[in-house]
Amino acid sequence: MIELQGVWRTYPVGEGVVHALRDVSLAIAPGEHVALIGPSGSGKSTLLHILGCLDRPSQGRYCLEGRDVGTLSEAERSQLRRTRIGFVFQFFHLLARLTAQGNVELPMLFAGVPREERKARAAQALASVGLLPRAGHRPDQLSGGERQRVAIARAVVMNPAMVLADEPTGNLDRASAQEVMGVLEAMNRQGLTLVVVTHDPVLAARARRVVHLSDGMLADAPAGEA
Amino acid sequence: MAFLDLLGFALGALRGHRLRTALSVTGVAIGITAVLALTALGEGARRYIVDEFATLGSNLVIVLPGKVETTGGMPFGGVTHDLTLEDHSALARLGRLARTAPIAVATETLRFQDLGRSVPILGTTADYQEIRRLRLALGAFLPSGDPDRSGTEIVLGAKVARELFRGEHPLGQVVRAGPARFRVVGVLAPRGLSMLGFDLDEAAFIPVRTAMRLFNRTSLFRIVAEVRIFAEMDQAKADVLALLKDRHRAEDVTVYTQDAMLASFSAILRALTLSLAGIASVSLVVAGVGIMNVMLVSVTERRAEIGLLKALGAPAPRILLAFLAEAVILAALGGAAGLAAGAAGVGLLAFVYPEFPVAIPLWAVGAAVTLSFLVGVGFGVWPARRATQLDPVAALARR
Repeated sequence: MIELQGVWRTYPVGEGVVHALRDVSLAIAPGEHVALIGPSGSGKSTLLHILGCLDRPSQGRYCLEGRDVGTLSEAERSQLRRTRIGFVFQFFHLLARLTAQGNVELPMLFAGVPREERKARAAQALASVGLLPRAGHRPDQLSGGERQRVAIARAVVMNPAMVLADEPTGNLDRASAQEVMGVLEAMNRQGLTLVVVTHDPVLAARARRVVHLSDGMLADAPAGEA
Repeated sequence: MAFLDLLGFALGALRGHRLRTALSVTGVAIGITAVLALTALGEGARRYIVDEFATLGSNLVIVLPGKVETTGGMPFGGVTHDLTLEDHSALARLGRLARTAPIAVATETLRFQDLGRSVPILGTTADYQEIRRLRLALGAFLPSGDPDRSGTEIVLGAKVARELFRGEHPLGQVVRAGPARFRVVGVLAPRGLSMLGFDLDEAAFIPVRTAMRLFNRTSLFRIVAEVRIFAEMDQAKADVLALLKDRHRAEDVTVYTQDAMLASFSAILRALTLSLAGIASVSLVVAGVGIMNVMLVSVTERRAEIGLLKALGAPAPRILLAFLAEAVILAALGGAAGLAAGAAGVGLLAFVYPEFPVAIPLWAVGAAVTLSFLVGVGFGVWPARRATQLDPVAALARR
């Protein structure tokens, strides 16, 4: 479903140019669990943003479910993000003024889903991450692991085809990290495509496939046995 | 995104920053209050003057000798007949006029013992009292009877009486005006300032025939007449013109009605009120800049939130609307608070100065509400656009 062909991403910096991605080609099939691993500045976040239609390749093609994202308008890419892609961030990015329920409802609010349906679907998503009893709590009343699980509920509430997670456990203790990864992997087993960016080899080892990035380039071929 | 959801989201965001919200609401409220207070004062002045005219009698027809308008053909300046007491007697017989009073006027020095005071003296008849709604503090007005009668009665304005007699009882005293001697029969009640530029407190009244002889005049200064039925104002005016044209064999008088003057005064004061409102709305612009500032700070502060909304696939127009809604809510709350404060302030003013008829005109309320809405939209658009133009990658990069 994901196909990158010769993707470059460059940023002008002063007089020169920084190459964040160099000639990356990558294919990800539906239902895969892929770990993107590499040191800081290796371009893994940039790659994730391109996969998530938040950024566009400077060169090369990115096809998502057969559509060339580079040719889509801002509104069309926005619609792709709304309906096909869920994001999970290292720092959760929950709105402090909203309850867990409110945060999970947020994507549906801006998608124009009617109120009653929003409530039902948010409750369902919270139940799937085991947080229904905490639905009325605001983020500052939740633990780190709970916050990330709310963020996961928010990412999946629109029934996306894939979830992109950027260091999802980077801010959590080991127990919470286990919980969070457990939730994500359970969803992956039900057919959700999962791409996790991390620099933690232990976390990466849990994926069925590990993609190494170094200096903006894919370091090695997909390892089938990992 | 349903309207209520949008409103709920915007309200939630504003609740998150209570102090900032309160400050910008206060800014708009002050602007709206200023608009309302100044228009209410202007409107109050207009009503005050209209009321003033009404106490003078708004159903008056006033006749002046001479033709003011210039019509085509014959140049103005031919023979002008005097406006005489006989003209007045003829007018008094017109059916549409309830009362008429001739006026001759000149400034003379009134003397009592060794004190003298230069005052305008009006020669008129008893009916003048009713026409101008004069009230007496002492004694009576000029005696009714034949207007041709040369009496020696004098009625003094309140201030004249006070300054000339200095606490002595004026009734029955004799005052001198030039060679003539008059007996004081009445003193007017103080009236306060009159808007017509003529302070009746500083005037004195004597019988018209005596006045014309004393001033050596052959023509009256004015004839004022009160129309029986207000709706027949125009016919009454036509009757007066026709009668005098017939008597003078030329159209050589000018007849105007009090309500025409009233209308032009009212128009002038309404323009004044409008310009006051314009000045006050400058403060609304300032308030609008305040809202813009608050919204810009808000957009900068909420970069992560905007980045998140974009990552969640919120369409740009909806993000724009959400931020615009916040600005409009700020302005609307300010507008409501300003309306309340303005109404309360004007109410207080009306309570403290009951004789000054302040009132917020309805159009000012409408204008204030519209203005606050426009301020919200106008000054909210730019920050909201900046919100939608944020790069989500950069916005999400920070915590």
